[in-house]
Amino acid sequence: MGKPNTPSTNSGFWANLRESPSTDDFIKGLWRENPVFVQVLGMCPTLAVSNTTMNALAMGLATTFVLLMSNMLVSSLRFFIPKQVRIASYILIIATFVTITDYMIQAISVDLHKSLGAFISLIVVNCLILGRAEAFASKNTIGKSFLDGLGMGLGFTFALICLGAVREIMGNGTLLGFGVLPGNFQEWIVMILPAGGFFTLALWLLLFNALKEKRAQA
Amino acid sequence: MKTESLWYIFINASLINNFVLAYFLGICPFLGVSGKLETATKMGGAVTFVMLISSMCAYGLHAFLIAVNAPFLQLISYIVVIASTVQLVEMFIKKMSPALFRALGIFLPLITTNCAILGLALFQTNKGYGFIESIVYALGAGVGFTFALVLMAGLREQLEFAEVPNVVKGTALTLLIAGILSLTFMGFAGLGS
Repeated sequence: MGKPNTPSTNSGFWANLRESPSTDDFIKGLWRENPVFVQVLGMCPTLAVSNTTMNALAMGLATTFVLLMSNMLVSSLRFFIPKQVRIASYILIIATFVTITDYMIQAISVDLHKSLGAFISLIVVNCLILGRAEAFASKNTIGKSFLDGLGMGLGFTFALICLGAVREIMGNGTLLGFGVLPGNFQEWIVMILPAGGFFTLALWLLLFNALKEKRAQA
Repeated sequence: MKTESLWYIFINASLINNFVLAYFLGICPFLGVSGKLETATKMGGAVTFVMLISSMCAYGLHAFLIAVNAPFLQLISYIVVIASTVQLVEMFIKKMSPALFRALGIFLPLITTNCAILGLALFQTNKGYGFIESIVYALGAGVGFTFALVLMAGLREQLEFAEVPNVVKGTALTLLIAGILSLTFMGFAGLGS
């Protein structure tokens, strides 16, 4: 991961821009504060559309786009939005970008749109996006918010792919549609079913807990 | 879709395609507020109420948006209706029962971002349900949500006394239970046919 390119939006448009964006804003979302594995945010889409790797990837990228755009807009409007109505305003901003994404995906691939179903619209209520708007974008500069959104979005995508790959390999014997396991492999249908989503995520969390425990002991 | 009986719609929304365990909607409160049985019951009640109101509003809104030919406003208008309903419920609970208000805490305003409610509004629109059917669907979904939440809370209360290895404690354990519950609910699939 090279040094993220600093957007030029950061240069003195607002009077009180002091902090400059740092690499940490970007990196923290990928691992240390990973939205799914560490913060346990945005569970619904995580579990629902991670039955295949392709769905997981598409959902992750769509969420990243919405997160990026809403973070930037919220951050640039942070001096205009009154405190009392901020949540409602954020939701409206997010809903606008989700509508754009919805129509965009429909234009790119009707099949994908069908397999993701209502879950594209449901990006609106992904706690991750509102959470970042409230906790980060409303307090930080546009540049920092951009990096934060990108990091968190990619971290979310990464987690989704982790889940999607395991579920697709175990449940269907394929990865991105290509067969990866020997032909006589008996598929674990349960992994594709809803229950499999819960189990897979639980197993990833167990793995991370075990690693953490081990490091704490050492 | 007019062939579906109201009873079937109810059973379908509450058991066969339980919103939490089959559609993965409303997982956040499901994991967050399922610690105590009493809170879980009341949370379920609040969510069911918001679902009923927003389902009725969504039906009217959908008809209106079709009439003015602006379907792209669907998402935005739904979320505004849901947010205002939640605000209403919040004020109501604060007035009637401050203790419950404190118990629900942050999860009360977060009903707004409960995917189950927006999901319900979108699904009923997609399925083309009429007014009565929408209400029954909302009721079924609410009952199903409450049912899942209460089951989970009951199990977790028992788990307080169990000796669980440190590694499994917390979210991982809750997710494992949810997975088993979800498997159990698949048994209801036969009810529909």
